[in-house]
Amino acid sequence: MKEMDELKRKVLELLKEDARSSAALMATLLGAEEEDVKTAIEQMEKDHVIVKYATVVNWDKVSDERVTALIEVQITPERGRGFEGIAERIYLYPQVKSVYLMSGAYDLLVEVEGRNLREVANFVSEKLSPIDSVLSTKTNFTLKKYKQDGIIFEEHEEDNRLLISP
Amino acid sequence: MITNNQKQTGESGKSMNSYLAPLVQQIQPSGIRKFFDLAAGSKDIISLGVGEPDFKTPWHVREACVYSLERGFTGYTSNAGMPELREGIANYLHSRFAVTYNPADQIIATVGGSEAIDLALRALISPGDEILIPEPCYISYSPITAIGGGIPVGIETFGENNFKLTAADLEAKITPRSKILILCYPSNPTGAIMTREDWEPIAKVVEKHDLIVISDEIYAELTYGSNHVSFPSLPGMMDRTILVSGFSKAFAMTGWRMGYACGHPDLISAMLKIHQYTVMCAPSMGQVAALEALTNGMEEKDRMTDSYNQRRRLIVKGLREAGLDCHEPQGAFYAFPSVQRTGLTSDQFAQRLLMEYKVAAVPGSVFGLGGEGYLRCSYATSVAQLNEAIERIGAFVQQLERERTE
Repeated sequence: MKEMDELKRKVLELLKEDARSSAALMATLLGAEEEDVKTAIEQMEKDHVIVKYATVVNWDKVSDERVTALIEVQITPERGRGFEGIAERIYLYPQVKSVYLMSGAYDLLVEVEGRNLREVANFVSEKLSPIDSVLSTKTNFTLKKYKQDGIIFEEHEEDNRLLISP
Repeated sequence: MITNNQKQTGESGKSMNSYLAPLVQQIQPSGIRKFFDLAAGSKDIISLGVGEPDFKTPWHVREACVYSLERGFTGYTSNAGMPELREGIANYLHSRFAVTYNPADQIIATVGGSEAIDLALRALISPGDEILIPEPCYISYSPITAIGGGIPVGIETFGENNFKLTAADLEAKITPRSKILILCYPSNPTGAIMTREDWEPIAKVVEKHDLIVISDEIYAELTYGSNHVSFPSLPGMMDRTILVSGFSKAFAMTGWRMGYACGHPDLISAMLKIHQYTVMCAPSMGQVAALEALTNGMEEKDRMTDSYNQRRRLIVKGLREAGLDCHEPQGAFYAFPSVQRTGLTSDQFAQRLLMEYKVAAVPGSVFGLGGEGYLRCSYATSVAQLNEAIERIGAFVQQLERERTE
Protein backbone atom coordinates (compact mmCIF):
# COMPACT_ATOMS: atom_id res chain seq x y z
CA MET A 1 0.00 0.00 0.00
CA LYS A 2 2.81 2.34 0.96
CA GLU A 3 4.61 1.42 -2.25
CA MET A 4 1.49 2.25 -4.27
CA ASP A 5 1.21 5.62 -2.51
CA GLU A 6 4.84 6.35 -3.31
CA LEU A 7 4.31 5.34 -6.94
CA LYS A 8 1.24 7.57 -7.16
CA ARG A 9 3.17 10.54 -5.80
CA LYS A 10 5.94 10.03 -8.32
CA VAL A 11 3.49 9.57 -11.19
CA LEU A 12 1.79 12.83 -10.22
CA GLU A 13 5.13 14.64 -10.27
CA LEU A 14 5.84 13.34 -13.77
CA LEU A 15 2.36 14.24 -14.99
CA LYS A 16 2.73 17.74 -13.58
CA GLU A 17 5.86 18.07 -15.69
CA ASP A 18 4.23 16.64 -18.80
CA ALA A 19 0.62 15.51 -18.82
CA ARG A 20 1.23 13.69 -22.09
CA SER A 21 3.79 11.27 -20.62
CA SER A 22 2.83 7.72 -21.50
CA ALA A 23 2.46 5.01 -18.86
CA ALA A 24 5.27 3.12 -20.59
CA LEU A 25 7.68 6.06 -20.36
CA MET A 26 6.78 6.74 -16.73
CA ALA A 27 7.26 3.08 -15.88
CA THR A 28 10.76 3.18 -17.39
CA LEU A 29 11.70 6.39 -15.62
CA LEU A 30 10.47 5.12 -12.27
CA GLY A 31 11.70 1.56 -12.63
CA ALA A 32 8.12 0.33 -12.17
CA GLU A 33 5.80 -2.03 -14.03
CA GLU A 34 3.70 -0.38 -16.72
CA GLU A 35 0.58 -2.09 -15.39
CA ASP A 36 1.18 -0.63 -11.92
CA VAL A 37 1.51 2.85 -13.38
CA LYS A 38 -1.73 2.40 -15.33
CA THR A 39 -3.51 1.16 -12.20
CA ALA A 40 -2.20 4.11 -10.18
CA ILE A 41 -3.46 6.59 -12.79
CA GLU A 42 -6.87 4.92 -13.04
CA GLN A 43 -7.28 4.98 -9.27
CA MET A 44 -6.28 8.62 -9.04
CA GLU A 45 -8.66 9.57 -11.83
CA LYS A 46 -11.45 7.68 -10.12
CA ASP A 47 -10.68 9.28 -6.74
CA HIS A 48 -10.55 12.72 -8.34
CA VAL A 49 -6.94 13.16 -7.28
CA ILE A 50 -6.26 13.78 -10.95
CA VAL A 51 -9.06 16.19 -11.71
CA LYS A 52 -8.31 17.01 -15.31
CA TYR A 53 -5.48 17.06 -17.86
CA ALA A 54 -5.11 20.68 -18.93
CA THR A 55 -2.72 22.78 -20.98
CA VAL A 56 -0.99 25.89 -19.72
CA VAL A 57 -1.49 28.47 -22.48
CA ASN A 58 0.15 31.83 -22.90
CA TRP A 59 -2.89 33.59 -24.40
CA ASP A 60 -0.86 36.74 -25.01
CA LYS A 61 0.70 34.91 -27.93
CA VAL A 62 -2.63 34.06 -29.49
CA SER A 63 -4.49 36.78 -31.37
CA ASP A 64 -7.50 36.21 -29.23
CA GLU A 65 -8.60 39.17 -27.15
CA ARG A 66 -9.29 38.33 -23.56
CA VAL A 67 -8.80 40.04 -20.22
CA THR A 68 -8.48 38.57 -16.78
CA ALA A 69 -9.31 40.21 -13.48
CA LEU A 70 -8.63 39.13 -9.92
CA ILE A 71 -11.51 40.34 -7.79
CA GLU A 72 -11.24 40.66 -4.04
CA VAL A 73 -14.68 40.02 -2.56
CA GLN A 74 -15.81 40.69 0.99
CA ILE A 75 -18.89 38.76 2.03
CA THR A 76 -21.08 38.05 5.02
CA PRO A 77 -20.96 34.35 5.73
CA GLU A 78 -24.33 32.51 5.89
CA ARG A 79 -25.54 30.92 9.10
CA GLY A 80 -24.79 27.21 9.07
CA ARG A 81 -23.04 27.23 5.69
CA GLY A 82 -20.33 29.80 6.19
CA PHE A 83 -18.79 30.76 2.87
CA GLU A 84 -19.72 27.58 0.99
CA GLY A 85 -23.08 28.69 -0.43
CA ILE A 86 -21.82 32.05 -1.68
CA ALA A 87 -18.68 30.49 -3.10
CA GLU A 88 -20.84 28.01 -5.02
CA ARG A 89 -23.08 30.75 -6.37
CA ILE A 90 -20.02 32.54 -7.64
CA TYR A 91 -18.01 29.65 -9.06
CA LEU A 92 -20.93 28.33 -11.10
CA TYR A 93 -20.71 31.33 -13.43
CA PRO A 94 -18.79 30.24 -16.53
CA GLN A 95 -16.87 33.53 -16.56
CA VAL A 96 -15.32 32.60 -13.23
CA LYS A 97 -12.09 30.65 -13.71
CA SER A 98 -11.11 30.16 -10.09
CA VAL A 99 -12.32 30.96 -6.59
CA TYR A 100 -10.23 30.83 -3.43
CA LEU A 101 -11.27 31.42 0.19
CA MET A 102 -8.62 33.70 1.64
CA SER A 103 -7.42 34.85 5.01
CA GLY A 104 -6.70 38.56 5.39
CA ALA A 105 -8.41 41.71 4.19
CA TYR A 106 -11.04 40.02 2.03
CA ASP A 107 -12.76 36.65 1.89
CA LEU A 108 -12.87 35.35 -1.67
CA LEU A 109 -10.43 35.85 -4.50
CA VAL A 110 -12.30 35.38 -7.76
CA GLU A 111 -10.58 35.10 -11.12
CA VAL A 112 -12.81 36.25 -13.93
CA GLU A 113 -12.11 36.09 -17.63
CA GLY A 114 -13.85 38.06 -20.37
CA ARG A 115 -13.35 39.17 -23.94
CA ASN A 116 -12.81 42.80 -22.92
CA LEU A 117 -12.88 45.17 -19.95
CA ARG A 118 -16.55 45.97 -20.40
CA GLU A 119 -17.52 42.30 -20.23
CA VAL A 120 -15.67 41.83 -16.95
CA ALA A 121 -16.99 45.11 -15.56
CA ASN A 122 -20.55 44.09 -16.44
CA PHE A 123 -20.10 40.77 -14.72
CA VAL A 124 -18.93 42.50 -11.54
CA SER A 125 -21.66 45.13 -11.52
CA GLU A 126 -24.55 42.99 -12.72
CA LYS A 127 -23.80 39.55 -11.30
CA LEU A 128 -21.29 39.66 -8.49
CA SER A 129 -22.00 42.86 -6.58
CA PRO A 130 -25.80 42.43 -6.38
CA ILE A 131 -25.49 39.13 -4.49
CA ASP A 132 -26.99 39.81 -1.06
CA SER A 133 -24.06 38.61 1.00
CA VAL A 134 -21.47 40.47 -1.03
CA LEU A 135 -20.34 43.52 0.92
CA SER A 136 -17.73 44.87 -1.44
CA THR A 137 -15.62 44.05 -4.47
CA LYS A 138 -12.27 45.33 -5.64
CA THR A 139 -11.38 44.52 -9.22
CA ASN A 140 -7.72 44.16 -10.26
CA PHE A 141 -7.13 43.68 -13.96
CA THR A 142 -4.23 41.50 -14.99
CA LEU A 143 -1.87 43.41 -17.27
CA LYS A 144 0.55 40.61 -18.08
CA LYS A 145 1.14 37.08 -16.91
CA TYR A 146 4.77 36.26 -16.19
CA LYS A 147 4.38 32.96 -14.42
CA GLN A 148 1.54 30.54 -13.90
CA ASP A 149 1.47 27.17 -12.15
CA GLY A 150 5.23 27.36 -11.71
CA ILE A 151 5.81 27.91 -15.42
CA ILE A 152 7.61 31.07 -16.50
CA PHE A 153 6.02 32.25 -19.75
CA GLU A 154 8.84 34.23 -21.29
CA GLU A 155 11.67 31.91 -20.31
CA HIS A 156 13.25 30.15 -23.23
CA GLU A 157 14.86 27.05 -21.83
CA GLU A 158 18.06 27.14 -23.81
CA ASP A 159 20.81 24.67 -23.10
CA ASN A 160 23.88 26.87 -23.06
CA ARG A 161 26.29 24.11 -22.20
CA LEU A 162 29.13 23.16 -24.50
CA LEU A 163 28.19 20.24 -26.75
CA ILE A 164 31.13 18.21 -25.52
CA SER A 165 32.88 18.68 -22.20
CA PRO A 166 35.08 16.64 -19.88
CA MET B 1 51.79 44.11 -36.65
CA ILE B 2 52.55 40.51 -35.96
CA THR B 3 51.89 38.25 -38.90
CA ASN B 4 50.76 34.71 -38.58
CA ASN B 5 54.12 33.57 -39.73
CA GLN B 6 55.86 35.64 -37.07
CA LYS B 7 53.58 34.20 -34.44
CA GLN B 8 54.67 30.71 -35.33
CA THR B 9 58.36 31.40 -35.64
CA GLY B 10 58.99 34.56 -33.61
CA GLU B 11 60.81 37.59 -34.92
CA SER B 12 64.08 35.74 -34.81
CA GLY B 13 62.62 33.05 -37.03
CA LYS B 14 62.92 30.58 -34.19
CA SER B 15 59.88 28.40 -33.46
CA MET B 16 58.27 29.52 -30.22
CA ASN B 17 57.63 25.88 -29.44
CA SER B 18 61.32 25.50 -28.76
CA TYR B 19 60.87 27.60 -25.63
CA LEU B 20 58.21 25.31 -24.20
CA ALA B 21 58.96 22.98 -21.34
CA PRO B 22 59.61 19.51 -22.75
CA LEU B 23 57.08 18.04 -20.34
CA VAL B 24 54.36 20.29 -21.72
CA GLN B 25 55.41 19.67 -25.32
CA GLN B 26 54.95 15.98 -24.81
CA ILE B 27 51.37 16.32 -23.59
CA GLN B 28 48.88 15.47 -26.32
CA PRO B 29 45.73 17.59 -26.67
CA SER B 30 42.69 15.87 -25.17
CA GLY B 31 40.82 13.50 -27.48
CA ILE B 32 37.68 15.27 -26.35
CA ARG B 33 39.00 18.45 -27.97
CA LYS B 34 38.71 16.90 -31.42
CA PHE B 35 35.05 16.09 -30.87
CA PHE B 36 34.45 19.49 -29.40
CA ASP B 37 35.73 21.01 -32.68
CA LEU B 38 33.74 18.61 -34.84
CA ALA B 39 30.53 19.26 -32.93
CA ALA B 40 31.04 23.03 -32.92
CA GLY B 41 30.63 23.15 -36.71
CA SER B 42 27.41 21.16 -36.85
CA LYS B 43 23.86 22.21 -36.20
CA ASP B 44 20.82 20.64 -34.52
CA ILE B 45 22.94 18.28 -32.51
CA ILE B 46 21.63 16.35 -29.55
CA SER B 47 24.45 16.22 -27.11
CA LEU B 48 25.15 13.29 -24.83
CA GLY B 49 28.69 14.58 -24.60
CA VAL B 50 28.28 16.99 -21.74
CA GLY B 51 29.90 16.17 -18.42
CA GLU B 52 27.81 18.51 -16.37
CA PRO B 53 24.32 18.75 -14.90
CA ASP B 54 21.57 20.13 -17.13
CA PHE B 55 20.12 21.96 -14.13
CA LYS B 56 20.94 25.55 -13.40
CA THR B 57 22.53 26.18 -10.00
CA PRO B 58 19.60 26.24 -7.54
CA TRP B 59 18.16 29.74 -7.22
CA HIS B 60 18.77 30.09 -3.49
CA VAL B 61 22.48 29.47 -4.10
CA ARG B 62 22.66 32.06 -6.86
CA GLU B 63 20.66 34.48 -4.75
CA ALA B 64 22.95 34.05 -1.72
CA CYS B 65 25.90 34.91 -3.94
CA VAL B 66 24.20 37.95 -5.46
CA TYR B 67 23.21 39.20 -2.02
CA SER B 68 26.77 38.81 -0.74
CA LEU B 69 28.02 40.86 -3.69
CA GLU B 70 25.43 43.55 -2.96
CA ARG B 71 26.80 43.73 0.56
CA GLY B 72 30.29 44.17 -0.85
CA PHE B 73 31.74 40.79 0.04
CA THR B 74 34.37 40.93 -2.68
CA GLY B 75 37.72 40.61 -0.95
CA TYR B 76 40.22 37.83 -0.37
CA THR B 77 39.36 35.15 2.11
CA SER B 78 41.88 33.24 4.17
CA ASN B 79 44.07 31.04 1.96
CA ALA B 80 42.38 27.83 2.98
CA GLY B 81 38.93 29.34 2.52
CA MET B 82 36.32 30.96 4.76
CA PRO B 83 36.29 29.25 8.17
CA GLU B 84 32.49 28.89 7.97
CA LEU B 85 32.80 27.10 4.65
CA ARG B 86 35.45 24.70 5.94
CA GLU B 87 33.28 24.06 8.97
CA GLY B 88 30.34 23.42 6.65
CA ILE B 89 32.38 20.99 4.56
CA ALA B 90 33.53 19.15 7.70
CA ASN B 91 29.97 18.80 8.99
CA TYR B 92 28.70 17.70 5.60
CA LEU B 93 31.37 15.02 5.13
CA HIS B 94 30.84 13.75 8.65
CA SER B 95 27.09 13.44 8.32
CA ARG B 96 26.99 12.15 4.75
CA PHE B 97 30.02 9.86 4.55
CA ALA B 98 31.19 9.30 8.12
CA VAL B 99 34.61 10.87 7.62
CA THR B 100 35.86 13.38 10.17
CA TYR B 101 38.18 16.29 9.37
CA ASN B 102 39.26 19.23 11.46
CA PRO B 103 38.25 22.37 9.54
CA ALA B 104 41.18 24.29 11.04
CA ASP B 105 43.99 22.35 9.39
CA GLN B 106 42.58 19.48 7.33
CA ILE B 107 40.48 21.23 4.67
CA ILE B 108 41.26 23.64 1.82
CA ALA B 109 38.65 25.23 -0.40
CA THR B 110 40.01 25.08 -3.94
CA VAL B 111 39.25 26.32 -7.43
CA GLY B 112 37.24 23.28 -8.44
CA GLY B 113 38.09 19.67 -7.68
CA SER B 114 40.64 19.95 -10.51
CA GLU B 115 42.86 22.33 -8.57
CA ALA B 116 42.63 20.07 -5.54
CA ILE B 117 43.94 17.12 -7.59
CA ASP B 118 46.69 19.25 -9.08
CA LEU B 119 47.74 20.49 -5.62
CA ALA B 120 47.80 16.97 -4.24
CA LEU B 121 49.94 15.70 -7.10
CA ARG B 122 52.33 18.63 -7.03
CA ALA B 123 52.71 18.33 -3.26
CA LEU B 124 53.53 14.63 -3.47
CA ILE B 125 55.32 13.82 -6.71
CA SER B 126 59.09 13.56 -6.93
CA PRO B 127 60.43 13.11 -10.46
CA GLY B 128 60.10 9.53 -11.57
CA ASP B 129 57.40 8.54 -9.06
CA GLU B 130 54.80 6.23 -10.53
CA ILE B 131 51.17 7.21 -10.16
CA LEU B 132 48.66 4.41 -10.47
CA ILE B 133 45.46 5.30 -12.31
CA PRO B 134 42.58 2.87 -12.85
CA GLU B 135 41.23 3.42 -16.35
CA PRO B 136 39.02 4.30 -18.17
CA CYS B 137 39.02 7.49 -16.12
CA TYR B 138 38.63 11.25 -16.18
CA ILE B 139 40.91 12.58 -18.89
CA SER B 140 43.06 14.89 -16.75
CA TYR B 141 44.73 12.52 -14.28
CA SER B 142 47.39 11.23 -16.60
CA PRO B 143 48.44 14.59 -18.17
CA ILE B 144 48.61 16.46 -14.86
CA THR B 145 50.63 13.61 -13.39
CA ALA B 146 53.08 13.94 -16.28
CA ILE B 147 53.19 17.75 -15.97
CA GLY B 148 54.01 17.27 -12.30
CA GLY B 149 56.98 15.07 -13.23
CA GLY B 150 55.36 11.76 -12.33
CA ILE B 151 54.89 8.70 -14.49
CA PRO B 152 51.26 7.75 -15.00
CA VAL B 153 50.66 4.00 -14.88
CA GLY B 154 47.25 2.93 -16.13
CA ILE B 155 45.45 -0.03 -14.58
CA GLU B 156 42.88 -1.42 -16.98
CA THR B 157 39.42 -2.18 -15.63
CA PHE B 158 36.91 -4.25 -17.55
CA GLY B 159 33.29 -4.09 -18.60
CA GLU B 160 32.75 -7.72 -17.58
CA ASN B 161 33.54 -6.63 -14.03
CA ASN B 162 31.45 -3.45 -14.24
CA PHE B 163 34.69 -1.46 -14.46
CA LYS B 164 35.54 -2.04 -10.81
CA LEU B 165 39.16 -1.97 -9.70
CA THR B 166 40.39 -5.27 -8.29
CA ALA B 167 43.18 -5.76 -5.78
CA ALA B 168 44.93 -8.23 -8.10
CA ASP B 169 44.97 -5.80 -11.03
CA LEU B 170 46.23 -3.03 -8.75
CA GLU B 171 48.96 -5.15 -7.21
CA ALA B 172 50.14 -6.35 -10.62
CA LYS B 173 51.08 -2.78 -11.54
CA ILE B 174 52.90 -1.88 -8.34
CA THR B 175 56.67 -1.40 -8.51
CA PRO B 176 59.13 0.05 -5.98
CA ARG B 177 58.52 3.45 -7.63
CA SER B 178 54.75 3.37 -7.10
CA LYS B 179 53.71 6.17 -4.80
CA ILE B 180 50.19 7.37 -5.41
CA LEU B 181 46.91 5.73 -6.40
CA ILE B 182 44.27 8.02 -7.92
CA LEU B 183 40.73 6.78 -7.44
CA CYS B 184 37.54 8.16 -8.96
CA TYR B 185 34.38 6.38 -7.89
CA PRO B 186 31.58 6.82 -8.84
CA SER B 187 33.44 6.86 -12.10
CA ASN B 188 33.51 9.26 -14.95
CA PRO B 189 33.14 7.84 -17.65
CA THR B 190 31.84 4.38 -16.70
CA GLY B 191 29.37 5.11 -13.90
CA ALA B 192 30.98 2.32 -11.86
CA ILE B 193 30.89 2.43 -8.08
CA MET B 194 32.81 0.52 -5.42
CA THR B 195 31.10 -1.09 -2.41
CA ARG B 196 32.70 -1.56 0.99
CA GLU B 197 33.40 -5.18 0.02
CA ASP B 198 35.07 -4.01 -3.19
CA TRP B 199 37.21 -1.50 -1.28
CA GLU B 200 38.49 -3.66 1.55
CA PRO B 201 41.02 -5.72 -0.46
CA ILE B 202 42.14 -2.53 -2.24
CA ALA B 203 42.80 -0.86 1.11
CA LYS B 204 44.95 -3.85 2.15
CA VAL B 205 47.11 -3.47 -0.97
CA VAL B 206 47.40 0.27 -0.38
CA GLU B 207 48.61 -0.35 3.16
CA LYS B 208 50.94 -3.18 2.20
CA HIS B 209 52.70 -1.06 -0.41
CA ASP B 210 52.54 2.17 1.56
CA LEU B 211 50.69 4.12 -1.12
CA ILE B 212 49.11 7.53 -0.80
CA VAL B 213 45.61 7.72 -2.26
CA ILE B 214 44.01 10.68 -3.98
CA SER B 215 40.32 9.85 -3.89
CA ASP B 216 38.30 12.00 -6.28
CA GLU B 217 34.76 11.72 -4.94
CA ILE B 218 33.17 14.48 -6.99
CA TYR B 219 30.26 12.18 -7.95
CA ALA B 220 29.71 10.88 -4.40
CA GLU B 221 26.18 12.28 -4.19
CA LEU B 222 25.16 10.67 -7.46
CA THR B 223 24.69 7.01 -6.61
CA TYR B 224 21.62 4.96 -7.35
CA GLY B 225 20.57 2.10 -5.14
CA SER B 226 23.45 2.15 -2.69
CA ASN B 227 25.18 4.82 -0.67
CA HIS B 228 28.64 6.02 -1.58
CA VAL B 229 31.48 4.56 0.49
CA SER B 230 34.15 7.18 0.96
CA PHE B 231 37.63 5.71 0.69
CA PRO B 232 39.09 7.43 3.79
CA SER B 233 36.27 5.90 5.87
CA LEU B 234 37.95 2.50 5.52
CA PRO B 235 40.09 1.34 8.44
CA GLY B 236 43.62 2.72 8.21
CA MET B 237 42.95 4.83 5.12
CA MET B 238 42.14 8.20 6.72
CA ASP B 239 45.72 9.43 7.08
CA ARG B 240 46.95 8.17 3.75
CA THR B 241 44.09 9.52 1.67
CA ILE B 242 43.53 12.98 0.24
CA LEU B 243 39.82 13.28 -0.32
CA VAL B 244 38.98 15.55 -3.23
CA SER B 245 35.51 16.74 -4.08
CA GLY B 246 33.54 19.78 -5.13
CA PHE B 247 30.19 21.36 -5.75
CA SER B 248 29.98 21.06 -9.53
CA LYS B 249 28.07 17.82 -9.89
CA ALA B 250 25.95 17.48 -6.74
CA PHE B 251 24.78 21.09 -6.68
CA ALA B 252 24.92 21.90 -10.40
CA MET B 253 27.68 24.45 -9.89
CA THR B 254 30.19 23.62 -12.63
CA GLY B 255 31.04 27.18 -13.65
CA TRP B 256 31.63 28.35 -10.09
CA ARG B 257 34.81 26.28 -9.89
CA MET B 258 34.41 25.40 -6.23
CA GLY B 259 36.06 22.33 -4.80
CA TYR B 260 37.96 21.17 -1.76
CA ALA B 261 40.60 18.81 -0.50
CA CYS B 262 40.74 17.13 2.89
CA GLY B 263 43.48 15.07 4.47
CA HIS B 264 46.22 14.72 7.03
CA PRO B 265 47.35 18.17 8.29
CA ASP B 266 50.88 17.64 6.94
CA LEU B 267 49.59 16.92 3.44
CA ILE B 268 47.07 19.75 3.51
CA SER B 269 49.72 22.14 4.80
CA ALA B 270 51.97 21.27 1.85
CA MET B 271 49.10 21.69 -0.61
CA LEU B 272 48.19 25.01 1.00
CA LYS B 273 51.68 26.36 0.26
CA ILE B 274 51.19 25.75 -3.46
CA HIS B 275 47.61 27.01 -3.34
CA GLN B 276 48.55 30.30 -1.66
CA TYR B 277 51.36 31.02 -4.10
CA THR B 278 49.27 30.23 -7.18
CA VAL B 279 45.66 31.29 -6.63
CA MET B 280 45.77 32.87 -3.14
CA CYS B 281 42.29 31.65 -2.34
CA ALA B 282 39.20 30.32 -4.07
CA PRO B 283 36.86 33.09 -5.32
CA SER B 284 35.04 34.62 -2.37
CA MET B 285 31.65 34.72 -4.15
CA GLY B 286 31.98 31.04 -5.01
CA GLN B 287 32.71 30.25 -1.40
CA VAL B 288 29.55 32.04 -0.27
CA ALA B 289 27.54 30.09 -2.84
CA ALA B 290 29.14 26.80 -1.80
CA LEU B 291 28.31 27.42 1.85
CA GLU B 292 24.70 28.15 0.94
CA ALA B 293 24.54 24.94 -1.10
CA LEU B 294 25.81 22.88 1.82
CA THR B 295 23.58 24.60 4.34
CA ASN B 296 20.26 24.69 2.50
CA GLY B 297 20.74 22.73 -0.70
CA MET B 298 20.11 19.12 0.25
CA GLU B 299 16.49 19.04 -0.86
CA GLU B 300 17.30 20.39 -4.30
CA LYS B 301 20.24 18.02 -4.57
CA ASP B 302 17.93 15.07 -3.81
CA ARG B 303 15.47 16.26 -6.43
CA MET B 304 18.20 16.47 -9.07
CA THR B 305 19.60 13.05 -8.13
CA ASP B 306 16.11 11.53 -8.44
CA SER B 307 15.82 13.03 -11.88
CA TYR B 308 19.20 11.60 -13.00
CA ASN B 309 18.14 8.22 -11.69
CA GLN B 310 14.97 8.30 -13.79
CA ARG B 311 16.90 9.22 -16.88
CA ARG B 312 19.52 6.57 -16.15
CA ARG B 313 16.81 3.92 -16.38
CA LEU B 314 15.57 5.43 -19.63
CA ILE B 315 18.95 5.54 -21.36
CA VAL B 316 20.12 2.10 -20.29
CA LYS B 317 16.88 0.52 -21.50
CA GLY B 318 16.98 2.61 -24.68
CA LEU B 319 20.59 1.80 -25.53
CA ARG B 320 19.98 -1.90 -25.00
CA GLU B 321 16.89 -1.78 -27.19
CA ALA B 322 18.94 0.11 -29.78
CA GLY B 323 21.19 -2.92 -29.96
CA LEU B 324 24.16 -1.91 -27.80
CA ASP B 325 25.39 -3.85 -24.77
CA CYS B 326 25.28 -1.58 -21.77
CA HIS B 327 26.21 -2.41 -18.20
CA GLU B 328 24.10 -0.73 -15.56
CA PRO B 329 25.89 2.35 -14.25
CA GLN B 330 25.43 2.75 -10.50
CA GLY B 331 26.71 6.28 -10.16
CA ALA B 332 27.56 9.62 -11.86
CA PHE B 333 25.44 10.49 -14.91
CA TYR B 334 27.04 8.50 -17.70
CA ALA B 335 26.09 5.34 -19.52
CA PHE B 336 29.04 3.54 -21.09
CA PRO B 337 27.66 1.19 -23.74
CA SER B 338 29.85 -1.10 -25.79
CA VAL B 339 29.97 -0.48 -29.54
CA GLN B 340 32.22 -3.48 -30.21
CA ARG B 341 29.56 -5.54 -31.96
CA THR B 342 29.22 -2.88 -34.65
CA GLY B 343 32.76 -3.56 -35.83
CA LEU B 344 33.72 0.11 -35.58
CA THR B 345 36.26 1.60 -33.20
CA SER B 346 34.81 3.90 -30.59
CA ASP B 347 36.31 6.86 -32.43
CA GLN B 348 34.78 5.82 -35.77
CA PHE B 349 31.43 5.15 -34.13
CA ALA B 350 31.35 8.50 -32.34
CA GLN B 351 32.44 10.42 -35.44
CA ARG B 352 29.85 8.84 -37.72
CA LEU B 353 27.14 9.16 -35.08
CA LEU B 354 27.93 12.84 -34.84
CA MET B 355 28.28 13.58 -38.53
CA GLU B 356 25.48 11.37 -39.88
CA TYR B 357 22.97 11.24 -37.04
CA LYS B 358 23.75 14.45 -35.17
CA VAL B 359 24.25 12.86 -31.79
CA ALA B 360 27.37 13.90 -29.88
CA ALA B 361 28.90 11.38 -27.51
CA VAL B 362 32.49 10.82 -26.44
CA PRO B 363 34.49 7.82 -27.66
CA GLY B 364 35.70 5.63 -24.79
CA SER B 365 39.23 5.58 -26.19
CA VAL B 366 39.92 9.08 -24.86
CA PHE B 367 39.51 7.83 -21.29
CA GLY B 368 42.53 5.53 -21.38
CA LEU B 369 43.03 1.78 -21.09
CA GLY B 370 39.90 -0.29 -21.41
CA GLY B 371 37.91 2.57 -22.91
CA GLU B 372 38.28 1.49 -26.52
CA GLY B 373 35.10 -0.12 -27.80
CA TYR B 374 32.83 2.00 -25.60
CA LEU B 375 30.99 5.28 -25.85
CA ARG B 376 30.36 7.75 -23.04
CA CYS B 377 26.77 8.98 -23.11
CA SER B 378 25.82 11.59 -20.55
CA TYR B 379 22.18 11.35 -19.53
CA ALA B 380 22.13 14.79 -17.92
CA THR B 381 19.79 16.00 -20.62
CA SER B 382 16.03 16.20 -21.04
CA VAL B 383 13.83 13.12 -21.43
CA ALA B 384 12.69 14.35 -24.84
CA GLN B 385 16.29 14.76 -26.01
CA LEU B 386 17.26 11.38 -24.60
CA ASN B 387 14.39 9.69 -26.40
CA GLU B 388 15.35 11.35 -29.67
CA ALA B 389 19.04 10.48 -29.19
CA ILE B 390 18.20 6.85 -28.46
CA GLU B 391 16.06 6.68 -31.58
CA ARG B 392 18.88 8.08 -33.70
CA ILE B 393 21.45 5.72 -32.16
CA GLY B 394 19.08 2.82 -32.90
CA ALA B 395 18.77 3.94 -36.53
CA PHE B 396 22.56 4.24 -36.80
CA VAL B 397 23.14 0.77 -35.36
CA GLN B 398 20.61 -0.64 -37.83
CA GLN B 399 22.36 1.12 -40.67
CA LEU B 400 25.68 -0.37 -39.58
CA GLU B 401 24.01 -3.77 -39.47
CA ARG B 402 22.82 -3.32 -43.07
CA GLU B 403 26.28 -2.18 -44.18
CA ARG B 404 27.81 -5.30 -42.67
CA THR B 405 25.42 -7.68 -44.41
CA GLU B 406 25.51 -6.00 -47.83
